[in-house]
Amino acid sequence: MRIKRMDTIEAKEKANASADLTLLDPIIANYKGRKGNLIPLLQGVQQAYGYIPKAAFHKISAETGLQLNELYGVATFYAQFRLNPVGKNIIKVCHGTACHVQNAPAITTSLQDRLKITSGETTANLEFTLESVACLGCCSLAPVMMIGNKTFGKLNGKSASKAIDDIEKKNKNN
Amino acid sequence: MKKVIVGLGSCGIAAGAKDIYDQLQHIKSTDNLPMELDKTSCIGMCYLEPLVEVIDGKDSFLYGNVDKRKLKKIISQHIVEGAPIVDWVVNSNLFETNEKDFTQGQIKIALRNCGKINPENIAEYEAREGYAAAKRIAQKNIPPEAIVQDVIDSGIRGRGGGGFPTGIKWKFARNYESDDKYIICNADEGDPGAFMDRSILEGDPHAIVEGMILGAYAIGANHGVIYCRAEYPLAIERLQNAIEQAREKLYLGDNACGIKNFNFNIFIKEGAGAFVCGEETALIASVEGKRGMPRKRPPFPAESGLWQKPTNINNVETLANIPWIVLNGGRRYAQYGTEKSKGTKVFALTGKIKRGGLVEVPMGISINDIIFKLGGGIQLDRKFKAVQLGGPSGGCIPAELGDTKVDYDSVNSTGAIMGSGGMVVMDETTCMVDMARFFLDFTQKESCGKCTFCRIGTKRMLEILTRITEGKGEEGDIEKLEELAYQIKDSSLCGLGQTAPNPVLTTLKYFRAEYEAHIYDKKCPAKSCKELLKFEVIKELCNGCGVCARNCSVDAIKGDRKQPHFIVEEDCIRCGICFEKCKFDAINVQ
Repeated sequence: MRIKRMDTIEAKEKANASADLTLLDPIIANYKGRKGNLIPLLQGVQQAYGYIPKAAFHKISAETGLQLNELYGVATFYAQFRLNPVGKNIIKVCHGTACHVQNAPAITTSLQDRLKITSGETTANLEFTLESVACLGCCSLAPVMMIGNKTFGKLNGKSASKAIDDIEKKNKNN
Repeated sequence: MKKVIVGLGSCGIAAGAKDIYDQLQHIKSTDNLPMELDKTSCIGMCYLEPLVEVIDGKDSFLYGNVDKRKLKKIISQHIVEGAPIVDWVVNSNLFETNEKDFTQGQIKIALRNCGKINPENIAEYEAREGYAAAKRIAQKNIPPEAIVQDVIDSGIRGRGGGGFPTGIKWKFARNYESDDKYIICNADEGDPGAFMDRSILEGDPHAIVEGMILGAYAIGANHGVIYCRAEYPLAIERLQNAIEQAREKLYLGDNACGIKNFNFNIFIKEGAGAFVCGEETALIASVEGKRGMPRKRPPFPAESGLWQKPTNINNVETLANIPWIVLNGGRRYAQYGTEKSKGTKVFALTGKIKRGGLVEVPMGISINDIIFKLGGGIQLDRKFKAVQLGGPSGGCIPAELGDTKVDYDSVNSTGAIMGSGGMVVMDETTCMVDMARFFLDFTQKESCGKCTFCRIGTKRMLEILTRITEGKGEEGDIEKLEELAYQIKDSSLCGLGQTAPNPVLTTLKYFRAEYEAHIYDKKCPAKSCKELLKFEVIKELCNGCGVCARNCSVDAIKGDRKQPHFIVEEDCIRCGICFEKCKFDAINVQ
């Protein structure tokens, strides 16, 4: 069980409070009253905000009649749902079997060192979120990571942290 | 006019194939090149991505590892001047290449169209006997029972890993009468290190749609659901497109495929990331929008499944075989394979293998044949140590048992399982204790928490294994692991818990000495467990080239140019890159 994520919910409440809840209206309208649509509804919310704000749970519950515990239960069961704001760039380091035997742990270690956060966390400037995922399905390019929609293959610790350098350099130039 | 096809599967795109495609499109329009440009999906030769195929009349030339520089030359020499660059061709109908062992020896049924057609174009699927099986039912009034019988005759067993005969499953589902009946395609491929289903979904989505149509007709279902994991965005996009095209052509809807009173539609449900949802009752709970927790069986889904209606669930690869089986007859499919395991099986060949990719082989082929003939052997010609089959539910088969035949029963007798088709090859540098820890870490996180032994037992096993890999193993740890393993197997409700200890049990069975070396000698024989290692520069061998220092991600290697370097132990994260990069064997690992 992924128990770890459950105790971090209160942590970023400040950010939660400022979320614009009107974004929820079309999503709720789309799924309201249709059976079995809780997961797509939460996926829609996450797409709009990048995560599921606490206030969104209350609004969904009030407007659809779904119990809060039901919403929260589903949101914490599935790995996809996040309860905290994420960085602009989400780094997904693959830890599938093929990547593991090709030394994926070294990629995570190197990125943790580079970004000064541990896996699962977001940098203070909300620029990067570092995650470990089970399998990206590009096993022949192992070890692999994804930043946004871009895949980086055949990595080592150095080239992984260079990818971060490149993004930061690009940000500075803009 | 020549036709140029670029392989745009997920892995191809990751390797840069989209850039190649865009560049071709750009050059084609600006230079007015005499060629037709098309795309396809995974060809299976992942180790040679990006792949570009040039078709000239009846002849085909497949170029591998194409980059921008190579592409320029292919355009100028082959496409414009008509002279193929033979050295770069990895497969052709005209001559043999170095890669012939990879392509020969494969029999493609489930993958028959992958890499051959544009998956976004229904006409290309139809041109290769697509929807022919469904149309024939309408033309010849073939009764549903005959389809079920064909699938029983084929002997095909569930390709998701369970290995239950598909035809018998369909017969059960057919026997329950109801106004609403569901057929579900399980596309929640969660095994880390396996991507067979993704390749089929991306490369031949219409085969899944047709397989479901035939299944629905056979069991009398009127609703279809594809439960696909959200991590496969391209697969979902192409499935959606395929379903829309099938609706337009009336293969779906009322009187689908022209079969009277056969009303059938398909919808996609996106998963949200939970490995346990591969289990059928958990999958059903997830489709209903609940936490994906398995429940007790009976009642089996065939009697009471989705929304308490009779439901039949099949895996992607199983369904991809169905149109071929119905069109060619079950007996023809049964010609391949062994007595109890019929047909072919797709494997995702990965890890320390030279030719990593997707292979479809007849059941009964030996593990050695797959690894050494098709796969070309171990990377860097290191020693073959073991192969992992069945992912977190499976086990490691050691090199000594390399003659084991790949069929359900032979693989089960080793303690591993056939699984969905992940085949991860390991060499002498892979630590088997770490491997077991890796899988337990996965199953422990993915345990839904319903059964105590699975929830807590896997956690305790993981703690013990982590301790061992950190050099803190104690006497009695192995016995504790074994005891926990059997208790978890006996007291878990679903397949996840029942099989979670398999990676530990098989590595204990075949590599016990490696566990003992960690526990008693505090050594990792594979030199992989970081806490047990120490990296040192051998002064006599170091010529100060600086490669190690440049590659070190934490700058833990110091030294002047052309002078022997040294490693600052406190800073070293023991990633091993210096050892890999040193050309003079000057890094010593202990």
